[in-house]
Amino acid sequence: MATEIMPGLALQKVDERIMTLNVGPQHPGSGHMRIVVQIDGDYIVACDPDPGYVHRGEEKMAEYRNYITNIPHLERPVIHDSCNVLYPYVLGAEELLGIEVPERAKYVRVIASELNRCIYIMYWLAIYGIFLGHSTMFMWPAGDREFLIDLMEKMSGARVTHAHFVPGGVRNDLPANFEDVCLRHVNYFEKRIKEYAAVFYDNPILISRTQDTGVLSKHDAIRLGTTGSVLRASGVDYDLRIKEPYDVYDELDIHTNVMKEGDAYARSRIPWLDMLESCNIIRQALQKMPKSGSVRTKLKPNPKTKGPATVYKRVESGRGSLGCYIVSDGKTEPYRLKLSVPSFRNLIALPHLLKGEKLGNMPSVYWSLNYWPVEADR
Amino acid sequence: MMSTETQPSQVAPNEKPVPPKKPEETPVELPVFEKGLSDKITGKFGDKVEVAFVIEDRVRINVGRENVHDVAEFIRDELNFDHVESVSGVDFPKEKEIEVVYHIGSYTDSSLSRQIIVLATRAQREDNPIPGQDATKLPTLRDIFYSVEFHEREIFEMFGVFFEGHPDNRRLLLPEDWADLPPLRKDFDSRGR
Repeated sequence: MATEIMPGLALQKVDERIMTLNVGPQHPGSGHMRIVVQIDGDYIVACDPDPGYVHRGEEKMAEYRNYITNIPHLERPVIHDSCNVLYPYVLGAEELLGIEVPERAKYVRVIASELNRCIYIMYWLAIYGIFLGHSTMFMWPAGDREFLIDLMEKMSGARVTHAHFVPGGVRNDLPANFEDVCLRHVNYFEKRIKEYAAVFYDNPILISRTQDTGVLSKHDAIRLGTTGSVLRASGVDYDLRIKEPYDVYDELDIHTNVMKEGDAYARSRIPWLDMLESCNIIRQALQKMPKSGSVRTKLKPNPKTKGPATVYKRVESGRGSLGCYIVSDGKTEPYRLKLSVPSFRNLIALPHLLKGEKLGNMPSVYWSLNYWPVEADR
Repeated sequence: MMSTETQPSQVAPNEKPVPPKKPEETPVELPVFEKGLSDKITGKFGDKVEVAFVIEDRVRINVGRENVHDVAEFIRDELNFDHVESVSGVDFPKEKEIEVVYHIGSYTDSSLSRQIIVLATRAQREDNPIPGQDATKLPTLRDIFYSVEFHEREIFEMFGVFFEGHPDNRRLLLPEDWADLPPLRKDFDSRGR
C-alpha cells in the first residue's frame, strides 16, 4: 500500500520484515545517484535506481550552440573518456556538413580514442578497487593513468578535457617525436597492467567476492539491451569497432574479449583485457599512420548543414556502444541532439542483478556494471 | 530571313549532334540488404508504413501511432531485431506533433549487427501540457522490447508523452517536484530561466 505524497515520491508501507534503505546520493558507494533498496535481513528483495542528481541538460544546451561550439560541453558527461564521448557527434556532424577527413587525422583519432579508453578504464578500475576495499588497486591505476594522461597532454594540450576532435579531423597535429614517446609509454603501460593480474584478478579475496555474484545470463543481457563490457562478459560477441567499423578501425586487426560467465568477476575482467587490446591497436595505428599530411579539413565559421536531415552514428566507447542521433533543419545549430549513452542502457540491468543478492555484494555488482552516473544523466 | 535559315544548316555539320538528354533523376541504387528489410515491412503492412529512407546500415520507417505496436512486434519476431538502443523525442511545435524515434538493433543475428531500424511515430502535441492527463499518448513498446523501459520514462518526463501500458511511468531524471513544462520541448526556452 503506497501513499503518494508528491508526484513520483511515495511513502511505502511494507511488511515489518522488509526495510527500505536509501543508498546515496551522497553515499560514496553509489556515486552521484540514489539506489533505493528493500532488504529482508541481509538480502535485497527489490531495488529501484534513481539517477538524475547530476543531470545538466546537455541535449538542451546543444540546441542553442552551433556545430563547433557544441564540442567542449558535449564531452562533459564523461570527462575522462572525452574523446570517445565526442566521437559519434563528430562523425554525425561530418556527415551532415558533408566534409571529408584526412587519412592521418583518422589515425590520430583512433590513437586518441584508444588512449582515452585506457584512461577511462583505469579510473573505473581504481574506483572498483577501493569499493572492494583493495587500496592497492586504487593507487596503482590512479598512478599509472598518468603516463597516458601525459601522452594526451602532449597530443592535445589538455590533460583531461581535450576537446580534440572536431568535425573535419582533429584540432592540431601531433607534436614532433610523438610516435616514439607514445610507443614507449604504451609498452611500459602494457607491461605494468599485466602485473595487475597477480595483485587483483588472481586475488582469492576478489574472486570470492565477485565470482557467481550478480549473474546476468546471455538471454537477459540481450533482452535488456545492455552493451559494452556487460554484454561481452555475458558471452555476446559484439564490439562496434569490428561490427560497424568507423574511421580506420577496419584496417586494424582487432580482437574482441568475450567471457561466458556473466558474473561480476567477468564484468570486471573484460575492461582489463580491453586495455591490453587497446595497446595492440595503438601500436598498429602508430605503424600504419601516414607520417605527414593534413589532420584537419577547415570549416567555414558557423557552418550550415546541407538541409533537413537526420543521422545516427555510434562508436564503441570505454563503456560500450555510444550513439548520437542528430536532427538537423539546415541551420547552424542542431534541431535536436540525443546521446544514447551506454551507462543509461546498462542501468536497467541493476535491479535484475541485485534482486536476491546480499546487501554486502551491492558495491561489487553495481561498480562492475562499468557505470558512470554523470554520463547516464547527461 | 535568308541568313537565319541558312545559318543552322551551315553550322550543323560542325556541331556535335546533341545527345538525347539523360534523365537527371537516375534511380538511386539502394543498398540491397537494407532494401530487403524495408520490403519485408512494406510487404506486410503496405500503406500503413512509410519508408523515409534506405541508406547503408539504416532503414527508417515512419508509422502512425495506431500501428507502431504491430510494426515493432513484426520487426522483433520476423526480422530478428532484439533490442532498442535509443529512444529519442523530437518536438515539432508548428506541426503540433511530437516524434518518438526508436533505434532498434540486433545482437543475436550476426548478419544484422550493422543494421539499425529507425522506427518513428508521432504523438499529438498540446500547447498547455498536463503530462499523463492530456492527449499526448502513445502505446508503449515495453512489452515487445524490454530495453525501452528507462528510455520511455525519460521521454515521458522530458516531452510529456505518456506511454499507455508502461508499468512504471514515474519520473527518472528530473526532480520529484518539477512543476514546469517538459524541458526538452521547444517552448521551454532555457534562456532567461
